[in-house]
Amino acid sequence: MRRGDFLSHVAWTGAGIAYTISAQGLAVGRALGEPGAAARFVQISDSHIGFHQAANPDVTATLQSCVSAINALPEQPDFVVHTGDITHLSTPQQFDDAHAILHTLRAPLIALPGEHDVLGNDFKPYLSNFKIKGATDGGWASWDAGGVHYVVLLNVFSFETMGLIGNDQLDWLRRDLAARPPSTPIVVFTHVPLYALFPSWGWTTQDGANALALLRPFDHVTVLYGHIHQIVTHVDGNLHFASAMSTAYPQPAPGTAPKPGPLALPHDGLLHAIGYRNVQVDRGDADFQDHSLGAGA
Amino acid sequence: MKRILLCLALLAIGTAVAPAAPTPTTATVHLRNDAFVPATVTIQTGDTILFVNDDDDAHTVTATDMSFDSKGLDTHQTWKHTFTKAGTYTYFCQIHPFMKGTIIVKDAT
Repeated sequence: MRRGDFLSHVAWTGAGIAYTISAQGLAVGRALGEPGAAARFVQISDSHIGFHQAANPDVTATLQSCVSAINALPEQPDFVVHTGDITHLSTPQQFDDAHAILHTLRAPLIALPGEHDVLGNDFKPYLSNFKIKGATDGGWASWDAGGVHYVVLLNVFSFETMGLIGNDQLDWLRRDLAARPPSTPIVVFTHVPLYALFPSWGWTTQDGANALALLRPFDHVTVLYGHIHQIVTHVDGNLHFASAMSTAYPQPAPGTAPKPGPLALPHDGLLHAIGYRNVQVDRGDADFQDHSLGAGA
Repeated sequence: MKRILLCLALLAIGTAVAPAAPTPTTATVHLRNDAFVPATVTIQTGDTILFVNDDDDAHTVTATDMSFDSKGLDTHQTWKHTFTKAGTYTYFCQIHPFMKGTIIVKDAT
């Protein structure tokens, strides 16, 4: 597949997209489910439990559909990662409702907060419901599995503006990565884009460049995130980025509307624009397959 | 009859401005199309601003110095804040950090 074709296929309307982001930044169509894959997980994002506007009047049902589809996969993933905005307004009821659905996943759950989960800059409701096992007190975490070093970075801190990692976490990341050889495959999960994807819509991390400088020496780095409710891929040297669809509703592509926000589509269109992502990491290369909830997906 | 109605009307107005009545709103700021409208409001100490979310997305009214924070405001939800100290307060939306507003609070004379 030519690169241009690949890019044109990576749109939030697509179902069942399979591609590899290799170290050369080339997209290579590749069958999933090959034997010997080192690591296999599923990404979901932006469920916004509690949202009840025209763009999706029943976000609980669409999250439930994603969970059911993941539970029905013939081979269960190592884990399911939720890259934030679990709730819409951080209320106890919304956390309870999200918790009830997400804990029916058969695979272990790793859930990050989005800015919607920490409104009032209060991380306690998120941490009491979804704190990652082995995480630091602040909530960020790392672990090794299947030859991959996984890192969870929280970039929804809000000091004078939202979208910050903060020096405590950056110091932790520096120490976390220091002892590792550059050949270690790294997979990073965040909520907000770690690079300046579209700053005028807030789709950037203010101090993201500091984290990227620490990751750049590694041969294979994949950064998976949410926040923007659509699939956008980006390659910067050894750093490969891919945002995920929401389980709730899409948002406009950057710059195609006066502002970001819930995009109301006809019901069929909605189902094609939301879903989940299968990922497998083999020798550092991450293969993705995005599944929408639309017919035939 | 007319006189009685007039008296009742005056009584109603009197109640509305009495010190024991709920805090009166001095100004209203709409959260509309991902913007604070109007973006700059000048008030006096003791004045109260009503913030109204007109959008289909959630917003917050969060002071840059963290001195006030509405937390999450859902569609059509409102929030009031009374400014007791003079100064210039800049604020933003935690969900849409490009939304910025300013409240200028002058000493009541």
